Amino acid sequence: MTTLLVPARRSFLSSSGKATLSVAAIALLAGRADLASAAAGDAARDVDILNVALGLEHEAINAYQLGATSGLLQKPVLDVAVLFQSHHKSHRDALITTIEKMGGKPVAEKSINDYAKALNAASLTSQADVLNLAARLEMGATNAYLGVIPAFKDHNLAQIAGRLAADETMHWTALTSALGRPLPTKALSFGA
Amino acid sequence: MRAHHVALTCLAVLATQAGADEALDAKALYEARCGGCHALDADRTGPHHAGVYGRRAGSVAGFAYSPALAGSRIVWNEVTLERWLRDPEALIPGQRMNVRVSDPAERRAIIGYLRAAR
Ligand code: HEC
Repeated sequence: MTTLLVPARRSFLSSSGKATLSVAAIALLAGRADLASAAAGDAARDVDILNVALGLEHEAINAYQLGATSGLLQKPVLDVAVLFQSHHKSHRDALITTIEKMGGKPVAEKSINDYAKALNAASLTSQADVLNLAARLEMGATNAYLGVIPAFKDHNLAQIAGRLAADETMHWTALTSALGRPLPTKALSFGA
Repeated sequence: MRAHHVALTCLAVLATQAGADEALDAKALYEARCGGCHALDADRTGPHHAGVYGRRAGSVAGFAYSPALAGSRIVWNEVTLERWLRDPEALIPGQRMNVRVSDPAERRAIIGYLRAAR
């Protein structure tokens, strides 16, 4: 589960995490409070980005929950939905651990009814509807992760965002082929 | 130096082509780039977008904005949305969106879509 992110997170915490702290500490010792607070500010901004990502993962987990319990998914597709949900749960767990280690407060999950309302789950009447919703969310999450990469101050976190985007792209591709839709004809159709 | 220049030119051409194609389908562009976090009618990770054009920034009741966005005095229009999508942190330091749209044609298409979303 957290194995996906733990190595990167460890190296972040053991190398750059400490480096950030010591830059701040040295800056304070040298009477450069401006530098010290800049380092802390960078971490706080990265935590903000991770928390927005965590919100996306909460939503994805609940969307798959709504799909899996809708009675609309048949057996092999249902298994894939549950597998993808488990990936999103691993993403969530890894993001929560990282946010906490950085001294942030992970954003809370809403109730499943809130997600059902926001995603208009009542309008889902077929397996294809559920797969369409999932594909739309996975595409949006892929682009969201790609879109925030340049904003990270810490390159290790940017790499994690890239790895999360790769998982979401893999989901989107599988869903697209399950729906019998063509793959993009153009390269570079994600991100930017 | 020269290779660099050629590479940059190629990238610019690529970006222009992508913009030209996707501008034809602003809804698809909105769904792909913004739909991970936003919807027109529902607050999700980001606030709902119906009526955002002409709305004061940070004014959707019940949405947990960053203090920076909630306290900003900006009204969303052609100019402010262009600056926001080019670089949200440059417009409102301390914001929590952090997503940029780098291609000008794509920004124009998305802003047009938001303007029509009532
Ligand atoms: C990664 C998730 C994410 C993505 C993707 C995203 N946004 Fe946002 N957006 C947010 C969040 C979070 C906020 C609130 C920011 C704050 O409170 O500082 C926001 C706020 C906004 C606002 C201000 C709304 C208001 O009520 O003041 C606008 C406008 C906006 N986004 C437009 C867009 C557009 C257009 C796109 C697509 C190009 C987009 N966003 C993509 C998360 C996202």
